[in-house]
Formats: sequence, structure tokens, C-alpha cells
Amino acid sequence: VTPSAYFLSHAWLVPIVPLLTAILLFFLGRALPKSVISVLCVAGMFLSFAFSLGAILQLLAFPSGARAYQQILYDWLVLPGLPGGNLVTPLVAECGYLLDPLSAVMILVIAGIGLLIYIYSVGYMSHEPGYYRYFGLLNLFSFFMLTLVLANNLLLFFVGWEGASLCAYFLVSFHFLKNPALQAGLRTFLVNRLTGVAVLLGIFLVAITTGTVRFTSEGLSEPHSSIGIFQLFPAQLNQGVLSSGAPILTAIALLFLVGAIGKSAQFPLHAWLPDTAVAPVPFSAFIHSAAMVTSGVYLIARMNFVYQLSPFAMNTVALIGATTAIFAAFLALLQTDVKKVLAYSTLSQVGLMFLALGVGAFAAGIFQLMTHAFMKSLLFLAAGSVIHALSGESDLRKMGGLWNTMPSTSRPFLIATLALAGMPPLAGFFSKNEILSHVYARSAGLDRYLILWIVGVLTAGLTSLYIFRLLFLAFFGRSRVPVEIEGHILETPKTFAFPLMILAFLSIAGGWLALPVLWGEESPFARFLAPVFLSVRSQRATTSFAPNSLQTEYVLMAASAVIALFAVLLAYNIYIKHPKRHIRIAEALSRLTKWGATTNTTDNLYDILFVNRFKDLSLFLYSFDLKIIQGLTASATSRAARLLSRVSTWWDEWIIDGLFNFVAKVVKSFSVPLRMFQTGSFSSYAVLILLGLVILLGYYGHHVQYIVRYAH
Amino acid sequence: MMPVGHYLFLSLALFIIGTIGVITRRNVIVVLMSIELILNAVNLNLVAFSRVFGDASGQIFALFILLVAVAEAIIGLAILIAFFRNRETLQTDEMDLLKW
Repeated sequence: VTPSAYFLSHAWLVPIVPLLTAILLFFLGRALPKSVISVLCVAGMFLSFAFSLGAILQLLAFPSGARAYQQILYDWLVLPGLPGGNLVTPLVAECGYLLDPLSAVMILVIAGIGLLIYIYSVGYMSHEPGYYRYFGLLNLFSFFMLTLVLANNLLLFFVGWEGASLCAYFLVSFHFLKNPALQAGLRTFLVNRLTGVAVLLGIFLVAITTGTVRFTSEGLSEPHSSIGIFQLFPAQLNQGVLSSGAPILTAIALLFLVGAIGKSAQFPLHAWLPDTAVAPVPFSAFIHSAAMVTSGVYLIARMNFVYQLSPFAMNTVALIGATTAIFAAFLALLQTDVKKVLAYSTLSQVGLMFLALGVGAFAAGIFQLMTHAFMKSLLFLAAGSVIHALSGESDLRKMGGLWNTMPSTSRPFLIATLALAGMPPLAGFFSKNEILSHVYARSAGLDRYLILWIVGVLTAGLTSLYIFRLLFLAFFGRSRVPVEIEGHILETPKTFAFPLMILAFLSIAGGWLALPVLWGEESPFARFLAPVFLSVRSQRATTSFAPNSLQTEYVLMAASAVIALFAVLLAYNIYIKHPKRHIRIAEALSRLTKWGATTNTTDNLYDILFVNRFKDLSLFLYSFDLKIIQGLTASATSRAARLLSRVSTWWDEWIIDGLFNFVAKVVKSFSVPLRMFQTGSFSSYAVLILLGLVILLGYYGHHVQYIVRYAH
Repeated sequence: MMPVGHYLFLSLALFIIGTIGVITRRNVIVVLMSIELILNAVNLNLVAFSRVFGDASGQIFALFILLVAVAEAIIGLAILIAFFRNRETLQTDEMDLLKW
């Protein structure tokens, strides 16, 4: 290990530190005072973050084509080759980590946002019971998320994937005495578990197709001895074993997509995410921004070469992303709960990421992931601060006029709102623009992508509308806060204000990584990520496409900015200038609002599609059981059993018992004459003795004769 | 000298009386007394033949039998007392616990 690679070779500490903290808290947390727990967790996460940062800085020192560092700690699972299968060599899953631009961005986002959320949690959770439990679970969650993005193979990745689901279940159900929390947790777990099965199946398919689960051989110290999926698929493609768009590739891509849909809460499996609003706010902020929902995006970005080889899967990703983006943006407009507005906003924004991935703009998707993490965690934490100040009230209709009451919350909230709405030059503007321009560029060859672009633009407009609606309703206008709460609105504590400030800065400046786009250069962020997203089929490129001309870029940017601005004006007009108007609109659309405000619609859909069908199946099986199994089989078997038991009884009674009874009877019959002698009468015994004497004397009579003769 | 037959007849008479007593009487004490009679009949026999054969061992044997008879009477009476304490009877026809 060269000294300059110190952080790289110690990158395993990044997930391990939270794990150790979690273990410590689970065993000793109850006994530790809150201050110790807070310091321990924040310090641990800071260590993780510092190591991530160090590792990335050292990674940047590598030449741009070779920015990958992979270290194998030990062989974790060694599975022998399957007989008759494609696996000739043993399948090895190591415990190892891979640091390449993609995972570097991910750990930086997770550990960085995680650190801020830890700091925020110290203040937010201080009055909650189960402080150590919260932090223990949060640390465990961070461990699994970091494992997920650092893993160098699919199986270790899957450990992180499922572990994160499990911890999400525990944390969503953190207030486990409340029924909604329990149900939301259960739903979170079930959706994630169910789609986790698809991921596992995908991993199996990859394993039997390539014989390895390692992502890539890049960055390994001895690359010749090792292989990776990333190298094997193109090799098989060149050998003609596989063809582009082969069913097996599409199957793998779609299975992973199912997992990603569940984890990233895309349509139609999105319903669990808005439900998680019952979780503690900092954790909601975490899963909505940096963790959990990003893992699906990460999975697709990590397996991008498979998707590149399957146009059908790519189109499905884009379609699902676009659907979710507009559908959720629309629903966000109808919510009355702050956290629900933000939850649907998350769905919509992650939908945009999927759209980007689906058109092959992987870097743009990851860029959106990063800026969205800044903006959404800021929005959530600020909203949490408002909810905290209002003693747990999260209904938008009972807010308003908080702009001057809570300055250290409202200012960052405004910044996040502007950023999410895509106002230049904030972060959201750049990331959204990247996506939309890529979608537009994609549509140059194929008209059907133009629809996706229109959907994307509409989503951007809706985003601006709903997020400004939230801002206006919560912070402006007349105060609708109930009087008894209004008396003691708390200004945010310092542990709240600090993360908000950092995140506000990141929401402003986070997008400037793509600043050179403005003068027609490639975004440095995209250039940094490019090695991960190399075109697998550089010759027969269908996923790579010509970039837009600079003029088109400017037109697109201007268009999205204008649309966002127009939406802001619309929101201002409805919610500030004519405050009565939005109430009238809400009344006019009351049915729609009611429909949107609950997740019942999708629940009904699930009911119709799955739950009721399952019930039907169960009823059918029940009647089958009753008629066929019990009617025929059961009666036949019972009859046979009865016959058999009758035979057995006969044998038992007559042979087994009979033998013993026979012996007993014989003995008894002998006893009958003998016991006649045992009268119990003294004199009869005496007579018998005398009789015996007489018989003896009779037998030995000659002696008597002799005696008698002698006597004479 | 009296012929030995007289002694034998006396002895026979004592034996028969004793035997009849053992068989017919129901009081255990009387049965014990009858047994003493039988023993004495045997003693008489032994002494008589001892005279006839001029052999003193018969008389010594008779003395031993007397001794055994005494011991037997003592043990028998002791058993009877213990028995009487338990059952409050000495009638043989009520001693039927070993009956089948």
C-alpha cells in the first residue's frame, strides 16, 4: 500500500464504523447517557464521512480512465461449480469493496447527508423515548446502505439491499405503539422484501450466465486472475454467445428493474413511501434523499451495461420513470400533509432519475440523485423543524405566516424550494436541465421520446407549482396555526440550524459541478462518472446519441426556467394573492383532492389486482380441498386406515393378548385342584400332615415290620 | 420286668390322644398341650427301647427332646400372646389369613 492510497485501502472503515457504533449501542446503549450517545454517533459518522472524502480525493489523483480501486478483504462465499450448468469454475463472492466514481459519489452523499441528519437527530429526537434504539438502528441502516454502494459484488450488494429494508422496517415502525406506524413499516418491509426476491433472481441469472457476481475487475491489483460481469458480458457479446437484446439480458435487466421499482418506490409499487411519513422526521429525510430510494437508481446505474444491451428494459425504465414523475407530481399537489407533499415530491424526482437512466443519461440521473439529496433532505429537515416547532402538527391547513417567526428554518426552506423548482443557478436547475436536454437529444432520432420530454417538462412545471404551494401555505399568508400552539412556537435549536445551513449551501452550489455546460462543455461531473458508464456497444451505438447543439441547450434551459417561473406566478396568484381562490378550487375539486390525499386508490388497485385474486385463489383451493382432497382422498384414506386398524385390532386381541391369556389360563387351571388343599383351616392341615405321615409309614412299612418283629 | 409291649401301647395311646387333640381341638393352647402329649409319647418310646437295648443314648435323646419341647412351648406361647394381642382370639378356625 503506497502512502497516498491510505484512505482508499481503508475505505472498508466507512461502513464498519457505523456498524461498530450500532453494535455498541445495542448492547450498552440503554446504560449510556444521551450526550455520550450523541457524541459517539456523530463522531462515528464524521469518521465515515472523513474517510469517504479522503478516499475520493485520492481517487481523483488517479488518471481519469483508471479511477477505480478494488480491494478484496477475504473470500466470503465459495460455491462449487454447478453440475451441468454454465458454472464450471467455483462461484466466489468476496467480502470486498469497489471504489469507482459511482460508488465514490454514493458514499459521499450517504455519509455526508447522513452526518448532517445525525446532527439534526440529536436535537429532534432528544425528547423521544428510545434514543439509543433510534441511533442504533440509524447506524445499522447507514452500515447497510454504505455496504450496498461499496460492495464489489452482487451478493454483498444484496446483503446491504436487504439489510436496508430491514432497518427501514424498524425505523418506520419506530413509534411501534401506534398502529399506522406498524402498518407502514410492514408495508415497507413487504414491498421491499417482495422486490428483493426479484433482485435475487436477477443475481442468480447473472451468476449462471457469467459465472461470477463481481461487478468489474477494474481496480484490482491483479486483474488477470480475476473477472467481472462488466468484462464478461461484452466478451460474450464479441464471441457471439450473447446477442444484444438477448432474452436473458432483458430478463436480468427487468428483474433488477423490479427490485429498483420497489426500493425506489416507483409506480406501481410506490404506495409504501408516502406511508413512511409516520417515521421520525430525520429518518424520513434520510430515506427520501440520500439512502433507500437512491439504491434502486444505484442498482440500475451500476448494472448500466446490462441495460445498455437491452433496449426493451431501457424503454421500460424510462416509461416507468416518466409515469411516476408526472403522476406523483400531480398527487403532491393534492396533499395537505407537509410530509406527504414531500414524499410525493420524492417519488416524482426519483421518477426523473429513472427517466434519465432510461434514456441512457446515467450520469445525469446520478447528478439528479445528488442534487435531489441535498434539496430533499433540506426540505424534510426544515419541515421537521416546523413540525417540531408546532408541537407535532403537520397539516398544511394549520400553518401559514411562519416566515418571520422561524427565520432560520424559513430561509433555507426558500432556498430548497427555489432549487427544487429549478430556478437558475441553483442545483435543481442544472440537474433537471441535464435530464431534460438528454431526453430531448434522444428524441432527435425517435419521436416517441418527445412524449417523454413533454412529460418531463410538465413534471418540472408541476414540481415548481406544488413546492411553491407548500412554501406559500406554510410560511406566508395569514397564520392558521391554532391559538394554543401559536403561543409557544419554538425557534429552531442550533442542532437544527447547522445542518440546514450546510444543506442550503449545497442546494445552491451543488449544481455548479455542471457549470461548464453553460458554455457548451461537458459537465465535469458527467466526465468524472463517464468511465463507469462506458458504452458497451460503442460501434453499434443506439444508446449513445448526438448531444444537442449549444443553441438548443440554451432554448431548453430558458424553456424550463420560464415554465418554472410561470408555475411560481401561478402558485403566487392562487395561494397568496387570492387566498380564497385555492380554497374554492379545493372545494370544486374536493372529490379529486380526497382521492389524492389518500393512498387508497393504489390500495384499491392492489386489492383488485392481487389481494382479491389471492382471496379467490384461496377460496378455490379451499373448495378444492373440501371436495377433492377431503371428499375423495381423505375418505379413501380414512377407510383404508379403518380397515387396517381393524386388522391390527384383531391381531392384537387374538394373537398378542391371546398368547398371554392362554398361558395365564393354563396356569390358572392347574391351580384349581391344588388350592383345594389350602383351606386355611388348622385342623385340616393337621390331618394332612398325619396323612402324610401315614403314607410315609406305609411306604417304609418294612421298617415298621422290623421294629414290631423286634419288639416281640 | 414289664414287657416292652406295655410301654409301647401306652406310648401309642398317648400319641393317638395327642393326635386327636391336635386335629379336633380348636383352642391353640390345647393344641399345644396335645403336641406335648405326642412328644412325651415319643419320649416314652425312646426310653423303653433304651431299656431294651441297654443303650443310654435313647434316654439322652429323650432329655434333649424334653428340652426342645420346653423351648417350643415357650416360643409357641410367646407367639400366641402376640397373636392374641392382634386378633383377640385363640381359635384355630379363625386363623385363616393364608387361605386362598
